[in-house]
Amino acid sequence: MAAGLERSGRLPQAYLTPGSSSFTELLAATAPEMLPGRRALPPGVADLAPHGTTIVAATFDGGVVMAGDRRATMGNIIASRDMQKVYPADAYSCVGIAGTAGIAIEMVRLYSVELEHYEKIEGAVLSLAGKANRLSSMIRGNLGAAMQGLAVVPLFAGFDLDAPVGSSAGRIFSYDVTGGCYEEKQFHSVGSGSLFAKSAMKKRYRDGSTAEDTVRLLAEALYDAADDDSATGGPDMTRGIYPVVMVVDADGVRRLPDEEVAAVVATVVEGRMVNPGG
Amino acid sequence: MAMQFYASPEQVMRDRSEYARKGISRGRSVVVFSYEGGVLFVAENPSNALHKVSEIYDRIAFAAVGKYNEFENLRVAGVRLADMRGYSYDRRDVTARGLANAYAQTLGAIFTEQSKPYEVEICVAQVGASAEEDELYRLTYDGSVGDEPGYVAMGGQSEAIATVLRKGHRTELGLADAIALAVSALASVGGENGQPRTLTAPQLEVAVLERTRPGRAFRRIVGARLDELVTSAGTTPAEDATEAPPATEPTPPAAGGES
Repeated sequence: MAAGLERSGRLPQAYLTPGSSSFTELLAATAPEMLPGRRALPPGVADLAPHGTTIVAATFDGGVVMAGDRRATMGNIIASRDMQKVYPADAYSCVGIAGTAGIAIEMVRLYSVELEHYEKIEGAVLSLAGKANRLSSMIRGNLGAAMQGLAVVPLFAGFDLDAPVGSSAGRIFSYDVTGGCYEEKQFHSVGSGSLFAKSAMKKRYRDGSTAEDTVRLLAEALYDAADDDSATGGPDMTRGIYPVVMVVDADGVRRLPDEEVAAVVATVVEGRMVNPGG
Repeated sequence: MAMQFYASPEQVMRDRSEYARKGISRGRSVVVFSYEGGVLFVAENPSNALHKVSEIYDRIAFAAVGKYNEFENLRVAGVRLADMRGYSYDRRDVTARGLANAYAQTLGAIFTEQSKPYEVEICVAQVGASAEEDELYRLTYDGSVGDEPGYVAMGGQSEAIATVLRKGHRTELGLADAIALAVSALASVGGENGQPRTLTAPQLEVAVLERTRPGRAFRRIVGARLDELVTSAGTTPAEDATEAPPATEPTPPAAGGES
């Protein structure tokens, strides 16, 4: 069934049955083994699985910016230097992941198909709160694995197309391992370096700032996280590896090109040459 | 002893075909063809909510005529199949050919096994890097599938519409010219005494698969943009179109055909 067809080459009856516009529910009905969080786990796999670390996000006038460092760790080993942890979820939202890398990436992939599937079947886009709640139920499905050490903690941010005029359309949602979904004001961070990143943003965040200022704010916060948390990667100037930065505004979601991020990071590092504490 | 009625398989199939064909020919038509910027879909459809043209996947879209509940059922199944494929393998592994095959098998099975065939005709189109690489598959109620050369017309009086398309269709058409051709083709049938009708934007559903757009290429053309394109189509008929413009329109600058 993985290819989605019956042996005769016909569309399976489950596909022709009217009903749900959720891709996750379709998977659960036709190929449950493909759902993350539905597998029996042997104990003790948590130490072997690479973990992704710090994600930061902050709102600005007209949208929201999210950034993530590039490091994945496996105990004391750096498993990857250039992992991508922030992904576009659909045209107006993005999701960043901290926790067990393999499961988290699978979940993000499923989540973006889920949003696109709904959009195509229904001919309408889910509300931002609706999208946030869908992610919630996906994390809830992973609770069993989370209890064995394979937790996934995402951060979700998007541009609210239904926001009343005058209010900020950029919104951030955080989650706990049980699937609890909490809307955050101004800024938030998840992952092992989040404590340091959040402290940095608390001191630097200003209402009414621009997208450029906010990118700078996040670059500073990630620098502080990498400064004090061994599992968070700092900017790798020698290899040219910089944080992944997504900007979501009225025009949709876009990833900032590496050159732009490199320029921002360069000014941050330059500042730290004079004042290491920022 | 009870009387056994015998009907030959030929008779049964003929009856079903006739039934399906009648149902399809009652509906309004859809045209699909390649143009310079991608694949154009134009349907005569007064509804804004019940679509005849829809997105299936990144480079693939679907157009249908006939009974709404039946083709909607097929459309949803197609989206499910495409998303399942793309999720199991990779986005590039979802192809119009695979989808057309699945539809053909399904329609064929319904035609032979169920007492009532689906009264639908569908077109699965995939936009390629150039017009030569566009793929257009036309599927009929009995599961037969055809790989069409550049254009497809489906629905009531599709033969007459296809004739207009055959004359005017070139893959180098720009969007405005392509819409003009589609509108003139759709308007060429159904008028009184064989006269062409005048179609306005609210009667049409227009969408394109854009060749150069990365990722999801499907885009609907609606609102003011559609008004503008359809209105200009009414005043400048496509090249080689034999229909004279409606009497109220100004005379075209080029020598047009007179009726």
